[in-house]
Amino acid sequence: MTVTLFAFYLFSITAVMSALFVVVARNPVHSVLWLILTFFSAASMFVLMGAEFVAMLLAIVYVGAVAVLFLFVVMMLDVDFVELKSGMQKYFLIGSSIGLVLLMELGLVISHWKVAPEAGSLLQSPTPSIDETHNTLALGQILYSDYIYLFQIAGLILLTAMIGAIVLTLRHRTDVKRQNVVDQMQRDPADAMEVITVKSGQGL
Amino acid sequence: MISTDINIVLPEITLAVFSMAALMVAVYGGKDKLAGLMIWVTSGVMCALGLWIAFWEPGTTTAFNGSFVNDGYARFAKVVILFGSAMMLLLSQDYLEKNKLLKFEFPILIALATLGMMLMVSAGDLMALYMGLELQSLALYVVASFRRDSIRSTEAGLKYFVLGALSSGLLLYGASLVYGFSGTTNFAGISETIHDGKLGLGMLFGLVFLSVGMGFKVSAAPFHMWTPDVYEGSPTPVTGFFATAPKVAAAGLFGRVVHDAFGGAITDWQQIIAFLSFVSMFLGSIAAIGQTNIKRLMAYSSIAHMGFALLGLSSGTQEGVQALLIYMAIYVTMNIGVFAFILNMERDGQPITDIKSLGLYSRVEPIRAAALAALMFSLAGIPPLVGFFGKLYVLKAAVNAGLSWLAISAVIASVIGAFYYLRIIYFMYFGTEVERMTGKMPLLHKLALYGATLIMLLGSINLFGIEAIAADAAASLFK
Repeated sequence: MTVTLFAFYLFSITAVMSALFVVVARNPVHSVLWLILTFFSAASMFVLMGAEFVAMLLAIVYVGAVAVLFLFVVMMLDVDFVELKSGMQKYFLIGSSIGLVLLMELGLVISHWKVAPEAGSLLQSPTPSIDETHNTLALGQILYSDYIYLFQIAGLILLTAMIGAIVLTLRHRTDVKRQNVVDQMQRDPADAMEVITVKSGQGL
Repeated sequence: MISTDINIVLPEITLAVFSMAALMVAVYGGKDKLAGLMIWVTSGVMCALGLWIAFWEPGTTTAFNGSFVNDGYARFAKVVILFGSAMMLLLSQDYLEKNKLLKFEFPILIALATLGMMLMVSAGDLMALYMGLELQSLALYVVASFRRDSIRSTEAGLKYFVLGALSSGLLLYGASLVYGFSGTTNFAGISETIHDGKLGLGMLFGLVFLSVGMGFKVSAAPFHMWTPDVYEGSPTPVTGFFATAPKVAAAGLFGRVVHDAFGGAITDWQQIIAFLSFVSMFLGSIAAIGQTNIKRLMAYSSIAHMGFALLGLSSGTQEGVQALLIYMAIYVTMNIGVFAFILNMERDGQPITDIKSLGLYSRVEPIRAAALAALMFSLAGIPPLVGFFGKLYVLKAAVNAGLSWLAISAVIASVIGAFYYLRIIYFMYFGTEVERMTGKMPLLHKLALYGATLIMLLGSINLFGIEAIAADAAASLFK
């Protein structure tokens, strides 16, 4: 057994098991921690495939941002997770039977899967050999040239999401004092304080 | 090379740059004080773009390795989308102002949604399709919950978002299966892998999932569940917007995918679309009977109408695509008129949506009632109004394509559906006296209502020549 094969089985078993624990863990914080482990195992499998850029993205975006966000939500919002999970036994039978049917259907599709004979020649940007370029470079070469159109629309989508978040949540409160940086900078010691010489024994 | 590409997408770039510039001006300028002006400017820009695209030189050009297609079909849909959006945006100002919802983000979000729709109908690639769809949907989710202090409105937005995300997931799964089979996301490339009208198993699965995703976006039954709730919960101008431009974009996208990418396997998708069309027509017609809320009623009406539009598409012929385009243009015009009326249904400043409150409205406002009655007749498809011709074209296309059973069911469904349109007219002319509606109609809304009515009445002469334009547009999809 080679090291790669051993690593593959290690990571894939970890991924599947920790994914299972995400669902069955009693404590929601533990669920999120198991989720992070799932992401890490998946990222490691990408490294095994030689896709180190995707692996890093998975680690940075999913572990760094999404999972931490989940953790915040779990810890800060008062969500009753016991109640959320109360239906689990009730729906277990129907849920698992639907899952089984889906699995069988997928099995049917995959067992008859044939790739179109033209597929190889139709590839728009075939993956270059790992010996020639590493995949970060390969992605960078097409992302900003061949796919500039899609890249720009993605930017617009993010802009829309940002506008939406602000429109739906920002409230201008009038009853609070706000810091006004310009006002603070404009303050001049000359009109902000007054030096008064008080003669001793007299007071003001 | 990039400069020729940019020339082809120039209208879209203009709209994108405009919305970003408008955002900056409003944020650093007068904020919500500028909102009214912003609505007019945005509508103006959309109309200008609509004219620009309408007089674009004929022919088909593609940009960005085929991701973007500018052909007659896309241009027809874009003109309808742009004018529909601009009109609904103008109509919304008054209502938003009254309900303290007039924010400068509203026109900008509508502009971004419109941009998404333009990209949808021009998509020549599965990725471009998804990007356009998401840009449109994301802006629509936000405007659905624009009245953020109302539980109904936020519920509408949330429901739309969750179900929309689910449908996007299905669509992406389908796209990935298609990509896995054919090795390309480009429509032209996908169609190259189809031989003798047969789809591989992976492609077939992909097609089914893609159709489910798009069926959700056009609100075709059985993927219509979100429609009544979202229509009811959203602020009325947003409901009106949902019922016009996004429907054209989704139907246009559906037509493009099945013809451009899967044009070689008509029999495979024909049965899917025929099924969607059949179920939508009957569900939309029957489920609307029990509705008393006019917004929910319009939601079911839109489901039924999308069923008719898909009937045209299911014929799989050039005539069918032409019928689809004509139907959508007519449908948008009718809806603009109807929503100009619904926006002004109020009593003492409170918007009302109960159709019983229209009781004997003909005695209060005879002209307005007559206009709405004409529009309702047109929606029901009663000759000689233009709405009848929309249905005539799709039925003709279906019969010529050998789908007589579907055409017959369509006629039956439209007879059932006529009941609830006629019931509104019944309430207005023979109903019981109720407390009167007091809404005063602004001039612009009157123009929209009477304008739409006049088009419905006069259009029956020659449909304003739209038939030939739609025929040209449909032909560009069949090259």
